[in-house]
Amino acid sequence: MDTEKELYTVSIYTENNVGLLNRISAIFQRRKINIESIASSASEIHGVFRWTIVVVVTEEQIKKIIGQIEKQVEVIKAYYHRDEDIIYQESCLFKIKSDLLFDEPQIQNIIKEGNVNIVTVNKVFFVLEKSGRRHEINELYNELSPFGIMQFVRSGRIAVTKQEMKISEMLVAFNN
Amino acid sequence: MEDTQAVAKKEQPTKKSVRITGSEAVVKCLLEEGVDIIYGYPGGAIMPVYDELYKYQTQLHHVLTRHEQGATHAAQGYARISGKVGVAMATSGPGATNLITGIADAQIDSTPLVCITGQVGSHLLGSDAFQETDIIGISTPVTKWNHQVTKASEIPEVIAKAFYIAKSGRPGPVLIDITKNAQFEEFDFSYEKCTSIRSYKPVPEVQTSKVQEAADIINAAKKPLIVWGQGVILGEAEAELKAVMEKAGIPSAWTILGASAIPTSHPLNVGMVGMHGNYAPNKLTNECDVLIAIGMRFDDRVTGNLETYAKQAKVIHFEIDPAEVDKNVKTDVAVLGDAKTSLSALLPLLNENSHDSWLNEFKKLYQVEFEQVIKNDLNPTKEGLTMGEVLKKINEESKGQAAIVSDVGQHQMIACRYAEFNQTKSNITSGGLGTMGFALPAAIGAKMAAPERDVVAIIGDGGYQMTIQELGTIFQTRVPVKIVVLNNDFLGMVRQWQQLFFDKRYASTELINPDFVQIAKGYHIEAKRVSKREELDEAIKEMMASESAYFLEVCVEKEDNVFPMIPTGASVSDIRLS
Repeated sequence: MDTEKELYTVSIYTENNVGLLNRISAIFQRRKINIESIASSASEIHGVFRWTIVVVVTEEQIKKIIGQIEKQVEVIKAYYHRDEDIIYQESCLFKIKSDLLFDEPQIQNIIKEGNVNIVTVNKVFFVLEKSGRRHEINELYNELSPFGIMQFVRSGRIAVTKQEMKISEMLVAFNN
Repeated sequence: MEDTQAVAKKEQPTKKSVRITGSEAVVKCLLEEGVDIIYGYPGGAIMPVYDELYKYQTQLHHVLTRHEQGATHAAQGYARISGKVGVAMATSGPGATNLITGIADAQIDSTPLVCITGQVGSHLLGSDAFQETDIIGISTPVTKWNHQVTKASEIPEVIAKAFYIAKSGRPGPVLIDITKNAQFEEFDFSYEKCTSIRSYKPVPEVQTSKVQEAADIINAAKKPLIVWGQGVILGEAEAELKAVMEKAGIPSAWTILGASAIPTSHPLNVGMVGMHGNYAPNKLTNECDVLIAIGMRFDDRVTGNLETYAKQAKVIHFEIDPAEVDKNVKTDVAVLGDAKTSLSALLPLLNENSHDSWLNEFKKLYQVEFEQVIKNDLNPTKEGLTMGEVLKKINEESKGQAAIVSDVGQHQMIACRYAEFNQTKSNITSGGLGTMGFALPAAIGAKMAAPERDVVAIIGDGGYQMTIQELGTIFQTRVPVKIVVLNNDFLGMVRQWQQLFFDKRYASTELINPDFVQIAKGYHIEAKRVSKREELDEAIKEMMASESAYFLEVCVEKEDNVFPMIPTGASVSDIRLS
């Protein structure tokens, strides 16, 4: 039961220090686990960083990895979640030739129906942005690719949990 | 009158903070942390600190090793025998990379170390400057914490944190990399020890309910077995462990790093577990009904095949590091916390008990091991000298009071199996990393930290030559360590495996050795070689009686094997006696 690989989203709250990315990614690298995506940003707490890492591993592996991550001096807390425990999104950008916007009316329909934002338009190119689940972004990619995509980029997953995480309380408790 | 008042007023703030350079601050911080000896090697990027060490030499003794690896191992020996933080120092680039083996060793064996490296000036970082290396990047996976300092003003806080992190909780190595400009800069120095870090909880609180659960299981056990590890020594819980063992009457075995926490002669001490451990505790691991692991981490060299390890037993794990719980062996009850606190809480909940017939099973299996292995190791009838009889003589001469520092290989297993220990912190060896070359420099550090103790290094002819240059450190410092090289002209443990598993194809394991006695004498160290049984007694007496450093080479049987042995991947039940 524990040997089946699944997709897990890892949330890590840390101090904001140079080198911590190295320290955390080394924990995965040492076990030859590929990081599917990684995102880091500020968190809801001033001065505390939040990492969102997606990996495909067994539950037994992810439990041990969380232990190793939490052991790091500058890590406040780490969690792992299944998709049903979180609200998650990815974001993407498409750069497309401007001519197509006028020559191919189909593109305008795609933009309207797919909740896609136009970030910028100039004579040469226009840029589309969409946030959503991976499959929605893939669909959009498939729809646009026949017209020719100049550039495409997709961000790593970001996620918030349905359950409360109580990091602020934890920090207060640590200080006492 | 006015003048003196003015001076007094001026002096008040300087008591709190004084304007000094970063390099002087480094030395002052070390003094604030109670450091008396550091091990290191100078070079370009750390020269300002060395200049301060020169000025402070009466307060802080710097030992010049002959290689930076020696500095880390010496600091490890210092830490392991004293329980204090060992300190090593090196320059940037190759100086820093040479520390890595010792740091990795300290990480896996939980040894508190603070390593300080010089670094090129911060304006040169990332420019491939002379002797620049990314030592923070390189050391990250093998340090408990590391940090680069680029401004003098950061030095006190970072060093205070370094000592706190190295020593607290499960100890480990910390590396501080200080750029040269930060060493030169002046700033207002004041020092405050670090006592907490908000993201770091070194010692989990002991949960009373878990202790009760553990006590209930132990009280109901018919065939309980304790396996203790270094956590008992690091947590200074030797007396608590002894009390628990004795009250509940539990046969107790130890991992290689747990050796010496309880005297060898204690009636409930049933020996070492693991690949070359004793027959009884390995075999009976698979017959006990409750396995009580205390401050140990179920290393693969202890467990053998996990699929067949103690499956019949309830497992209780007393452990300070939550990441170790269920890492290798699934526990029924995990008691988090430091060993001293949790064992103190456990003791009053235990029933007074004895398990005589269970203990008898250990005695019976000891007899089997004695007949087939121990007898021939300690009282050999064949011509060639055995490593075991050398240890036996050392035991006799030291009355079990010596600290034994062993290297890695056959001699290490023999030393740990046969050394008699009467006091704790007496077995200093490289357990987790298995670093050949560890013992000679580690013995230097151990002897300096505990000058009142006899420190005997037991080394093979292979490992000895990996850090042999530290004889220079011994000569220069006159540190009176005893060095015993058990010479079989082979990399003995690898040769043993080649014999057993590779049809005796001795690929690159035979050593054509130099004249070790001449080399020692070249460093003006008293030296002797023995190869006959009738010379051994006298030689060891002479060595132990010597007031100065002493080198003894014992030429032992070339192709002896260490048994018992659990072959890699086999079950602890399948331990072999031959």
